Amino acid sequence: MSVLLLEGIDVLGRTVLTVDPDPAHVVGTGGAIGAILRYVATKRVSERLSSERVPLATFAVNVVGSFVLGLVVFAGAGGSTLRLVGTGICGSFTTFSSFSVETVRLYERGERALAVANAAVTLACSLAAIGLAWLLVAVTAL
Amino acid sequence: MADAHPLVRLETFALIAVGGFAGSNLRFFAMGLIPDVPSIVLVNAVGSAVLAFLVYEADYADRLTARTRLVFTTGVLSSLTTYSTFALQTALAARPLALGGIVAANYGLGLAGVLVGRLLARRLGVPRPTGGETT
Repeated sequence: MSVLLLEGIDVLGRTVLTVDPDPAHVVGTGGAIGAILRYVATKRVSERLSSERVPLATFAVNVVGSFVLGLVVFAGAGGSTLRLVGTGICGSFTTFSSFSVETVRLYERGERALAVANAAVTLACSLAAIGLAWLLVAVTAL
Repeated sequence: MADAHPLVRLETFALIAVGGFAGSNLRFFAMGLIPDVPSIVLVNAVGSAVLAFLVYEADYADRLTARTRLVFTTGVLSSLTTYSTFALQTALAARPLALGGIVAANYGLGLAGVLVGRLLARRLGVPRPTGGETT
């Protein structure tokens, strides 16, 4: 019921059977993968750069995830690929809730300038990462 | 966690995976109901509010177990909310006004959500005496 089987005819005239999985399952699978990758990446970053002051791990996953989403979208992926990698993996790998809670906590601790900088730098670097992704796709397409 | 028993690590991954599946599906469902930009604002604001409630609840009452927290914070809420789609929508905004609007809506309502979640956690929980007995 969840998997739709479509019968079609390919370019050579052969009858082919393609599997078209339920979009929600594709997104969910990507979401599970993205969440585990975020957990592992967050742990690694926190261990390497033990920083109590700055939420570096969340910053890193958000910038990297934005870059990969940019690559996938600008490369022209669509359908199941976009749902799996874009909406699922990149969507879950990056997080807004941890970012906003950590920013408010910084502000509460009296690190007001750092809180504002965290919000501004995360946005600037994510946008720059998407720009870089666009540039990479444009250059490789030449 | 590096020296934890393999089964414990497997359980951690399974809990996060289940939460990630649910969170990303909720976001996908919201994107199907309403247009893309407002749906991301909605999930980011709601997700920030609920995460803030859970994080501040740990400070005040701490009624939830570590496993429940892992499923909801690292699993569901962090997957429900997203930064990458928001950043891409900002980058692809056609006009400067639209760009400013997307950033203001996500940042403004996301931070407002955190304050609402914090307020709720404070209302519901009596601060625990520090250094006192737990449970």
